[in-house]
Amino acid sequence: MSYFIDRISYFAQNREKFSDGHGVTTEENRAWEEAYRGRWAHDKIVRSTHGVNCTGSCSWKIYVKNGLITWETQQTDYPRTRPDLPNHEPRGCARGASYSWYIYSANRLKYPLIRKRLLKMWRAMKEQHSDPVDTWKAIQADPVLRAEYQIVRGKGGFVRADWEEANEIIAASNIHTIKEHGPDRIFGFSPIPAMSMVSYAAGSRYLSLLGGVCMSFYDWYCDLPPASPQTWGEQTDVPESADWYNSGFIIMWGSNVPQTRTPDAHFMTEARYKGTQVVTITPDYSEASKFGDIWLNPKQGTDAAVGMAMGHVILKEFHLENTSAYFDEYTRKYSDFPFLVKLEKRDGRYVPGRMVRASDFDKNLGHDNNPEWKTICLDEKTGDVVVPTGSIGFRWGEDGEWNILPTDSKTKKEFLPQKTLLGSEDDILDVGFPYFAGAEHEHGYFEANDQGGDILDRKLPVKYLEIDGEKVPVVTVFDLTCANYGIAREGLGGDNVASSYDENVPYTPKWQESITGVAADKITQVAREFARNAHETKGKSMIIIGAAMNHWYHMDMNYRACINMLVFCGCIGQSGGGWSHYVGQEKLRPQTGWLPLAFGLDWTRPPRQMNSTSAFYAHTDQWRYETLGVTEILCPTADKEKWKGSLIDCNIRAERMGWLPSAPQLQENPIELVKKAGKKDPVEYVTERLSSGDLRMSCEDPDSPDNWPRNLFVWRSNLLGSSGKGHEYFLKHFLGTQHGVQGKDLGEEGRTGSEEVVWHDEAPEGKLDLVVTLDFRMSTTCMYSDIVLPTASWYEKNDLNTSDMHPFIHPLSKAIDPVWQSRSDWEIYKGFAKKVSELSPGHLGVEKEIVLTPIQHDTPGELAQPDVKEWRKGECDLIPGVTAPSMKVVERDYPATYERFTSLGPLLEKLGNGGKGIGWNTDHEVEFLKALNGENKEGRANIVTDIDACETVMMLAPETNGEVAVKAWEALGKITGRDHTHLAKPKEDEKIRFRDIQAQPRKIISSPTWSGIESEEVCYNAGYTNVHEYIPWRTLTGRQQLYQDHPWMLDFGEGLVSYKPPINTATVQSMIEKHGDDDRPHITLNFITPHQKWGIHSTYSDNLHMLTLSRGGPIVWMSEPDAKKTGIKDNDWVEVFNTNGAITARAVVSQRVNDGMLMMYHAQEKIVNTPGSKITGARGGIHNSVTRTTVKPTHMIGAYAQQSYGFNYYGTVGSNRDEFVVVRKIEDQDIDWMEGPLEGQTDMEAAE
Amino acid sequence: MKIRAQIGMVLNLDKCIGCHTCSVTCKNVWTSREGMEYAWFNNVETKPGVGFPKEWENQKKWNGGWHRGKNGKIHPKQGGRWRILAKIFGNPDMPEIDDYYEPFTFDYDHLQNAKESKAQPTARPRSLVSGKRMEKIEWGPNWEEILGTEFEHRRKDYNFKGMEEEMYGEFENTFMMYLPRLCEHCLNPTCVASCPSGSIYKREEDGVVLVDQDKCRGWRMCVSGCPYKKIYYNWKSGKAEKCTLCYPRLENGEPTVCSETCVGRIRYLGVMLYDADRIEEAASVENEEDLYEAQCDIFMDPHDPEVIGQARKDGIPENWITGAQDSPIYKMAMEWKVALPLHPEYRTLPMVWYIPPLSPVQSAMESGKLPLTDNGIMPDLDKMRIPVKYLANLLTAGKEEPVELALKRMMAMRQYMRGVLIEGDPNLNILKDVGLTEELVKDMYKILALANYEDRYVIPTGHREETLDAYGESGSCGFSFGNGCSSHSNSDLEMFENPKSWRGRSASGKDNRVNTLFTQGKTSTSGGCGSGGCGCK
Repeated sequence: MSYFIDRISYFAQNREKFSDGHGVTTEENRAWEEAYRGRWAHDKIVRSTHGVNCTGSCSWKIYVKNGLITWETQQTDYPRTRPDLPNHEPRGCARGASYSWYIYSANRLKYPLIRKRLLKMWRAMKEQHSDPVDTWKAIQADPVLRAEYQIVRGKGGFVRADWEEANEIIAASNIHTIKEHGPDRIFGFSPIPAMSMVSYAAGSRYLSLLGGVCMSFYDWYCDLPPASPQTWGEQTDVPESADWYNSGFIIMWGSNVPQTRTPDAHFMTEARYKGTQVVTITPDYSEASKFGDIWLNPKQGTDAAVGMAMGHVILKEFHLENTSAYFDEYTRKYSDFPFLVKLEKRDGRYVPGRMVRASDFDKNLGHDNNPEWKTICLDEKTGDVVVPTGSIGFRWGEDGEWNILPTDSKTKKEFLPQKTLLGSEDDILDVGFPYFAGAEHEHGYFEANDQGGDILDRKLPVKYLEIDGEKVPVVTVFDLTCANYGIAREGLGGDNVASSYDENVPYTPKWQESITGVAADKITQVAREFARNAHETKGKSMIIIGAAMNHWYHMDMNYRACINMLVFCGCIGQSGGGWSHYVGQEKLRPQTGWLPLAFGLDWTRPPRQMNSTSAFYAHTDQWRYETLGVTEILCPTADKEKWKGSLIDCNIRAERMGWLPSAPQLQENPIELVKKAGKKDPVEYVTERLSSGDLRMSCEDPDSPDNWPRNLFVWRSNLLGSSGKGHEYFLKHFLGTQHGVQGKDLGEEGRTGSEEVVWHDEAPEGKLDLVVTLDFRMSTTCMYSDIVLPTASWYEKNDLNTSDMHPFIHPLSKAIDPVWQSRSDWEIYKGFAKKVSELSPGHLGVEKEIVLTPIQHDTPGELAQPDVKEWRKGECDLIPGVTAPSMKVVERDYPATYERFTSLGPLLEKLGNGGKGIGWNTDHEVEFLKALNGENKEGRANIVTDIDACETVMMLAPETNGEVAVKAWEALGKITGRDHTHLAKPKEDEKIRFRDIQAQPRKIISSPTWSGIESEEVCYNAGYTNVHEYIPWRTLTGRQQLYQDHPWMLDFGEGLVSYKPPINTATVQSMIEKHGDDDRPHITLNFITPHQKWGIHSTYSDNLHMLTLSRGGPIVWMSEPDAKKTGIKDNDWVEVFNTNGAITARAVVSQRVNDGMLMMYHAQEKIVNTPGSKITGARGGIHNSVTRTTVKPTHMIGAYAQQSYGFNYYGTVGSNRDEFVVVRKIEDQDIDWMEGPLEGQTDMEAAE
Repeated sequence: MKIRAQIGMVLNLDKCIGCHTCSVTCKNVWTSREGMEYAWFNNVETKPGVGFPKEWENQKKWNGGWHRGKNGKIHPKQGGRWRILAKIFGNPDMPEIDDYYEPFTFDYDHLQNAKESKAQPTARPRSLVSGKRMEKIEWGPNWEEILGTEFEHRRKDYNFKGMEEEMYGEFENTFMMYLPRLCEHCLNPTCVASCPSGSIYKREEDGVVLVDQDKCRGWRMCVSGCPYKKIYYNWKSGKAEKCTLCYPRLENGEPTVCSETCVGRIRYLGVMLYDADRIEEAASVENEEDLYEAQCDIFMDPHDPEVIGQARKDGIPENWITGAQDSPIYKMAMEWKVALPLHPEYRTLPMVWYIPPLSPVQSAMESGKLPLTDNGIMPDLDKMRIPVKYLANLLTAGKEEPVELALKRMMAMRQYMRGVLIEGDPNLNILKDVGLTEELVKDMYKILALANYEDRYVIPTGHREETLDAYGESGSCGFSFGNGCSSHSNSDLEMFENPKSWRGRSASGKDNRVNTLFTQGKTSTSGGCGSGGCGCK
């Protein structure tokens, strides 16, 4: 206060007045302004990004000041787009902008941590055994010791350790596991390589060199839309977000673009200014709704009904009544509309059957090569039966005929594929279509629309073809489709078809009203405008779609209903149009360059890969609690006798037939099996023993200790805090610790229902010997791990990043060296490799083992099984790679693990490289890499550093090496008989290197790995090369496959799309009964877990900035009326539970939420501000505490063209949205934080 | 006439995705430090809602902004000069911490350090103010995001004034928009006029309003005076701090952090020329509804030769004059009339303006034939979900015509461009109806849709060479060895220590402060050691 007077300025003098004395200008010292300038000043800016599976793939400026990372802002220097398109800058969102908080925060992992009990045990046992591998063996041999550290998993009790000791335990555990059980008992889970490819590759290369199992992620996350492989033979290929701008009509359907595609959203908001019309379809008034011209709000989970009704309008108005010439030509050329399907008699009525193939005819219509894989059309001009080029039979075993020009493969002449038989039919027959929407749902929330039966007959025009000496009625897919959509056609008549939109007949706009709640006229108008725009612009109508629709059990129906609309309107493969599915950053653009690095294909092939959904379903014992019976989802026209077992039986059958992968693979150690084979060929030896039943596959008895996974590595992932559906089952059975599972398993309930699986009355708890997690922050998975290793953050390592959303490749790079004792993933796995090399002698040397792989898509094997036959049931012989998994003997050199890890192996020169069914020579690239990375003493190119690894990927990949791109297009041209090299020739000399992309992101080079191109004329859009280069889709017909004729597809009623209501998970009623005496009001709600605003999956959800901008901990959203019914007010604590477990969180009460739905934004962890649950007596759970995964048999199909397995391409997916929960309030005073020492322990003991 | 130049900002709310990237990048750079945890120089609100701090718009509660007296003169609503001086030890118009929120952190270290426990450890919240355990977090800077909390609370939103708001609480009639907010860098800032220490000033060269951290005594009258509640009291330093419009970046021709990092690409920065001699007149017009146009009236046409001549006379540098001519702010506010001020009724003549958002067709209207334009499914203006009245209460003191014109023009651009780019059949009548020409609408399209970096931000660099010894400074700026004038600073805040090298300040008077008085009173020249700019007290 000493300068009070001289600082009160009212008495000071002024200099120059303005505005009549209202203001004054003074000349005064402003030197203090330096202060804020000083804050802004910085020493260095480094380019990096966030490896977080957000699909953003945004390039950022990382600011370093005084040696510390201070903040980040987005880069604005992307190569520019065309002058008529908005540019990409500044990609990046609030989540990314908050990342620097982690670097020095209290949640940062700084040192290796080990569970205290394990470390004590290890040190004590090592005194006795000295050899680390023997030490580990001794611990595992003692069930008491093993359980001692397992039961405290997740409950604190870590101690700081050093790297040397951590690496020793891990290597010892791995070596012991390989020796005792087999390398396929070592699992590794890490998702979405595209976000940090080298970090992924570090672990997968290590595992692959050992023979361990890399687990899939895209399917497990349920981000994989099985409808995509079914329709296109393509995992997922989509337009980049800039292409939204080229669209004339966008439907944002269950995709919350502003919230979950934040850096891309501007292309949508800006497209509106060029006149693009926008429709938003979401059940709640979401952020995306704000940008629509119209908002449709169907009840969540009923989107397929909306899509069916829109398809009904489009087919009727644009294909039947006023045929759009563009749609007509497009669908004849690019869809399976003109292909022929046999009608089959089932219970006295015709139903749609298998597609007609060349093999159905006398002498295979002159085709010796793969006649059962060549599909058939009629020539509209001549009426002749034609075998068009381009079906999958042409892909393998002959060159130059695999293209989709409408060419008769025999005459080589163009023909006109006949779309409809109406007018030239031989007969009109009644055909039965399954109807699922009449079924009552358990909670009455999803309304049924009863049509008086579950099979609806409709009339179809047929031709009779002479097949196997019989007159067989055949129809076209187009006619089937029109009938399936319930459209009355002139000249056909019959029941169950509508001539007006106002009839309540499946699938009219009126019909969907009672199911979805959306007014019929809105559906009609939107469908009409969608099609009109596509008609006028030649396909520039687009559907942006996402997890909201794909996470339902019947996601295929949601997706196929939308895909059909796009195909009907000729939108696929056209810039500005198409299917824009964005869930997960799955597009690893330099994929074929990365694969050898990632899976050690330069040293050994094949790698072991497992589909996670099936693995976790089996090994976390979620199958033991399965409530969905196979017959509940079966097609009413299917033979029920064939489907008596349970869902896991289907999976076991699929694994045995080589459809799905297996891990662990065989009940015995694969190294031992090769030894036991002696002089016999190990493949023959195993085949014989399997055939005789003397040896079983592990999948048949997942609860036997012989078949447990033993080691689990988790890196770049938060398996337990984020993606692990059935969280509580993971805790109980996988880990053996405190859990919240409430339900009884089927054994306790007295209904195991299984025919294939071995039932153990006592379920194992604690299958895993060792859980190791690498992370930069203390995630839920870290909490539950035995060893936690601190990784370098995204600003402390070098790596590569790409996305679907833009065409650039750009780096993560080191702004500073890893802080404290953290290390990059590359260095960490290198450390394990070194330790394994060191500890192996005496335990493991050069070893041979037998590796099983499923029959793979994009290999000749995909033509293995035109029919379903099971060797196990004696329907055929066990022939590896044909009726069963492929088997191969692989030689590993364990003491050389480190050397192999750090250098490029010989198989690239020996076998070349390639992908998606094409291959090329790589000698030149290997030489170049030797020059670039240097050679080791064996003369092999070094891959010692993370930058070496980046260079390896970019040198080998066509997307970053123009020379390779040209080679790749040449290789494809040989198969299609067309020259595609013009797509890469102009960039033949371009070689993109790591330092180039550190200077500026680079646009990738067009390659046949992808179906879109990079060009100055069009944005990247999927299907572009199919439509414009006539490269077939990798499906049965080579065209977009709208009809799925695999016997399992037909048996589950998914030959054609329809609306299937959500399944009954049956997880609520018993809980209401159990807790019903409680007088607190409760409500049962459908539980939805959309992607959140304040995190990317679980990352950032513990970040203080994000917690401040949200509500500081886990929350659930509910509607005002639902809240009122249960006495819940905004910010009240609530408990959310069902038989799977319980969640505690606070409620956000909001008018924007529709009744009947509880939204818990995905992946809010219980590591922050989560009280205990009364129901479970444990910490209130994460969003996945109330979910349990349920597998779907149609996703298990394999060895059948596009429905063949590929890692993250096809397989079971972990859906979770059909779940219901009970919600009730917890009074503030009843909150129990469950703090304090472990029960039975004093503070002193706990602290010891 | 006295022409002055100011950097203005426009936010296109129609494109705002509510992602808060602006808030986070701003926080990282400027307010991620003790004493400022609760301060968000930039925040984003979901509307309708009471906002941050609670009910900031309700000046009946806070008495911010200016009041027009019976004599037609304006004075700060919280009272005249003597009333302010009388209140400095007990200010009734001050928001308290709970009106913002109690900033918190979590016991993160517990996750790694916890002993073996009864259940999985969790990191519980702790107050950043008291350091004490918080049993429950009750409010935050974005509590109402995406319409969180019951409508009965959010209906207190001031912008429902004069409306039957009940129906907007129903699910089917839900509407929502985002409002990113920062300091308005007003032409007639109440904060400046409220400061008893004379520490707040508006820079003459670019209009940035700053709190001199050396002079601020922490009276906090500015906090109540600012109707936007965009001055924050740093409880650690005991001084007021506010958005600086990132002048360290602007001076180098770079956009503010919030602008450059705006991933929705909604922000624009550019020069506006205005007549400083007409500020009081514009701020004092009788009818609140006329304030928007009154402010437009004092913006000068940068293409007018007379204006250019006067600007040169008044010392506006040449690059600022061309900057004003290329200014996207001028185009949006003056040429296209699509950008509007935030709450002009506060009479501060704010300089951060907004393009109002379009919205989907109302559900209530949706049964039967949809009330859509001929052009497919685009809704007509009067059928949009967000009521025009609501937007007018926000942007034009309740006057609906300017909002309608802005929305109609945005819609006309969409329809016309659809004709040009998608259907190949442009409809000129659409433009005529809303008074646009093809030339204007194509410029609108380029700047609003394509929105290239260089079109969003047109920022002339500052002429610092004129205010300091540029030759010497370029070689020595940044050096501070700790024994300069700052060593006898009275400030105990080291971050505000000054370097020694402020020698040779130009006598041209360019480095000026502009202060706003509320009567023909006097203002400060306080001034350090009097050695001509060393910066010490």
